[in-house]
Amino acid sequence: MNTTDRQDRGPLHVTGELLASRRIGAHHHLTVVAPGIAERFRPGTFVAVSTGAERLARRAFWIHRVKQTGGYGATLELVVEARGPGTAWLVRQPPGTKVELTGPLGRAFSLPQEPVSCVLVGEGYAAAPMFPLAERLRERDCSITLVVAGADEAHLLSALEARRSARAVTVVTGDGSVGQKGSVADVIGDVLTRARAAVVYAAGPAPTLHAVAVAAESAGAWSQVALERPLTCATGLCQGCAVPVAGEGGHARLVRACFDGPVFRGDRVVWDQLDGHGEAPR
Amino acid sequence: MSLELTCPVMVASGCGGTGRELAGYTDLTTLGGFVTRSITVAPRPGGSHPRILETPSGLVHAVDLQNPGIDQFLALELPWLVQQGVRVFVSMVGRSLGEYAELARRLGRTPGIAGIEVNLSAPDATGGGVFDVREPFHAASVVAAVHRDLPRGLPVLAKLRSDLVRVAESARAVLEAGADAVVVGNALPAAMPDGRPAGLSGPAIRPLALRCLTEVLDASPEATVIASGGIMTVNDARAALDLGAVGVQIGTALLQDPTTAGRLVTGLGEDQA
Repeated sequence: MNTTDRQDRGPLHVTGELLASRRIGAHHHLTVVAPGIAERFRPGTFVAVSTGAERLARRAFWIHRVKQTGGYGATLELVVEARGPGTAWLVRQPPGTKVELTGPLGRAFSLPQEPVSCVLVGEGYAAAPMFPLAERLRERDCSITLVVAGADEAHLLSALEARRSARAVTVVTGDGSVGQKGSVADVIGDVLTRARAAVVYAAGPAPTLHAVAVAAESAGAWSQVALERPLTCATGLCQGCAVPVAGEGGHARLVRACFDGPVFRGDRVVWDQLDGHGEAPR
Repeated sequence: MSLELTCPVMVASGCGGTGRELAGYTDLTTLGGFVTRSITVAPRPGGSHPRILETPSGLVHAVDLQNPGIDQFLALELPWLVQQGVRVFVSMVGRSLGEYAELARRLGRTPGIAGIEVNLSAPDATGGGVFDVREPFHAASVVAAVHRDLPRGLPVLAKLRSDLVRVAESARAVLEAGADAVVVGNALPAAMPDGRPAGLSGPAIRPLALRCLTEVLDASPEATVIASGGIMTVNDARAALDLGAVGVQIGTALLQDPTTAGRLVTGLGEDQA
């Protein structure tokens, strides 16, 4: 990690502007003008947003899309599930609201050098980074299989768009309202075998990521998981989001989800020491 | 021997990462000082999760002094800060007077640091095995032990707890024991919802921290005092400086906005111009 690299591609703290807020199912899709952040985006990175002066913890959101919006330059699309006071505040704000945001934060997904078969798994709002990732992988002639999961239809992110992005799509819902009834853990083994996957990328709750990492290991595929931990500063300052990873000599060492992650190799995370699956500030 | 700050704004211990994380948002060389997280003799893995929770206008935290230990710190974290020309104050905390003395000996031999901050106030130390300094007499013996093993001329800051009842007495005791300045104060003792010992920081504690500052300044008008506790804005910093503090430490504010220290440097700089 050299300094120039950090300066050119490192995160920025900017005052952005909310351009649009649309409710789709259980999620809100926010379009935000954030000068400089969109240009530096790589799939797997995220932004941290302030939600008012009296709420001190940042709220972290995956970047779903970066697009050109007439007159505004590049904008970000964030997927927000309103589950607490900060996110509830954010989705209530009208277009034109100024928001303090920092990004793109964290380590992005690594892309394969060769055109290999890739399986992409996204559960709930965390499926957001899988769509721009699929685009980058397609540019490299990788064959793409998508697994989109959610508690129910309302929590499935962009399942229609998924069919355009991938060669094969598996939809899983907890209540069976769309696609197969069940969880990612129920289907991932078969999907990896059928796709003859070399790499699997996943984002979602920790238990889902754990299941994907285990399945990848037995299928002989590499796994990269984007891990969401309860965090406070999102910039690597506070040590609030420690993740145990396998270190030298079999001892786990602690790294930060926000700064050293959020993307980790699934076989490096010490899943049984990942304590307190507490909720991130929402 | 006294503390000269080139700029009144300092980064508070435990809120600036290793420095590298903050450097992208603020030029660290413009700060009066960068205080490292508290370093111990042996590495500490830190507390269980959740470690930090949001409360109204505050953060409650039980990171429990996670740090890589003095060896790793000297090998991997300090050299970069020194190389960048940052005025580094190394914060230290020990389980015994012997450990404080050992840390002082190691740091006293290390070139490039601007000073030492003795953490006499870790809010989540109960059960963490940290030397108990709630009695001013004990705080003074820590400062004396550190002072004895440091080369002359290296400033020693003593960071006290914002304990309104004892803070003025503690300040007097540590100054007599050789501290060059006192920092008032650290997070308030608090608890996580599950009862684990924790600290409370942020604007929620600012009025109380300010009262502790005035108590210390009233009792020791000659003392060099740095204010800390919930400072978020240029106006907050001005209030503390107007009361007689020579500097301010910024902590929680950086977690909400990593550019805060830089903005305060600029804002307070305009005051002086």
